[in-house]
Amino acid sequence: MEDNAKMEQFQQRIDAGEKIEPKDSMPEKYRKQLIRMISQHAHSEIVGMLPEGNWITRAPSLQRKLSLIAKVQDEAGHGLYLYCAAETLGIDRDELVQQLLDGKAKYSSIFNYPTLTWADIGVIGWLVDGAAIVNQTMLAKASYGPYSRAMIRICKEENFHKRQGMEIVATMAAGVPAQKKMAQDAVNRWWWPSLMMFGPHDSDSPNSGVLLKWKVKTKTNDELRQRFVNLTVPQARAMGLSIPDPNLKYDPETKNWNFGEIDWDEFYQVIKGNGPCNEERIEARRKAHRDGAWVRDAAAAYAAKHADKSNVA
Amino acid sequence: MSEQKKSTAPDSGDGALWEIFVQEKQGAPHLHAGSLHAPDAEMALQNARDVYARRGRVLSIWVVPAVAITASSPEDDGPFFEPGNDKVYRHPQFYKVPRGVKVF
Ligand SMILES: [Fe+2]
Ligand SMILES: [Fe+2]
Repeated sequence: MEDNAKMEQFQQRIDAGEKIEPKDSMPEKYRKQLIRMISQHAHSEIVGMLPEGNWITRAPSLQRKLSLIAKVQDEAGHGLYLYCAAETLGIDRDELVQQLLDGKAKYSSIFNYPTLTWADIGVIGWLVDGAAIVNQTMLAKASYGPYSRAMIRICKEENFHKRQGMEIVATMAAGVPAQKKMAQDAVNRWWWPSLMMFGPHDSDSPNSGVLLKWKVKTKTNDELRQRFVNLTVPQARAMGLSIPDPNLKYDPETKNWNFGEIDWDEFYQVIKGNGPCNEERIEARRKAHRDGAWVRDAAAAYAAKHADKSNVA
Repeated sequence: MSEQKKSTAPDSGDGALWEIFVQEKQGAPHLHAGSLHAPDAEMALQNARDVYARRGRVLSIWVVPAVAITASSPEDDGPFFEPGNDKVYRHPQFYKVPRGVKVF
């Protein structure tokens, strides 16, 4: 479909707000960009289970434990919806999973930071899922039908993630001084990595132009980041927590919370694999995959045996 | 039947692809919820329960091997669906009723 007339036709469909479905003709670059984006998103959901899974056995109460298990299970589901959406573009899930296990796939840099205390679990729900919601609410309108539908399903579940996180943070922030200190410490460590989740500045984001043109995204990284900051600062204040940014200042004219510059060196280091937990995360995935092999084998053998039996009958 | 067997047989690891249809209200149609991989129908059903019925009320789930679905292709758009578009007389608005008469 690479000739100009077809390209023009495709752009017209996009501009008219039509959704593109798997069997529709689409530019090869649109397909490639979507596979890249959706698979990275899927990997992020899967790897994202690890920092939180780390605290399931140590949750401070049965209710918190149940909530955390439910959240982590949701994230597995999110990964599954997204791998399926990627598969509609003609790539196998096995191939994508293999890329992740080989350490060749990218996923959100945020999940390469460690979860040191229970407060981190609250702050992840509040900030990390909060940032994800801002991004995903936009992606629910993406021009590619299967991606958009997966996002709508995911958005419905994310609210619970954010609220359970906020409840943990608010409880600790209103607790004894040691608890409040722990909550503040978690905010201090997670704030900047959360802002990095939205990706580089628009001016340094190589894929942004074409993604906007094809309405895979409808807002820029910087617009989404600003929206997240505007939403979050008042929440932090309401809980009596401070944001670790001396340059944070409200601008009554634009109604935006202006904020300081992100440490982009850190961002690119973590993306390149030099974050605090990159290796640990991939190794945990590999181990889970290895340890689960017998389950997959048994299920396949059982299915094959039953298929044979019903053949005879 | 042997065709179908083949389709649901395990592939390289996670099993074949299944399309999942979920009914959320009594009397409502089953709607496509998404897809998943499973080695057989029984596991597809269990996985579908875990993935697409985690919360809220679900009354019934259908799992269908993806390869068993034959879909119209986008190129068909014009000619294939034409009969539905060009017959205005299939719509009630096409017919005039006497002024002041209540049809229902
Ligand atoms: Fe998620
Ligand atoms: Fe989440």
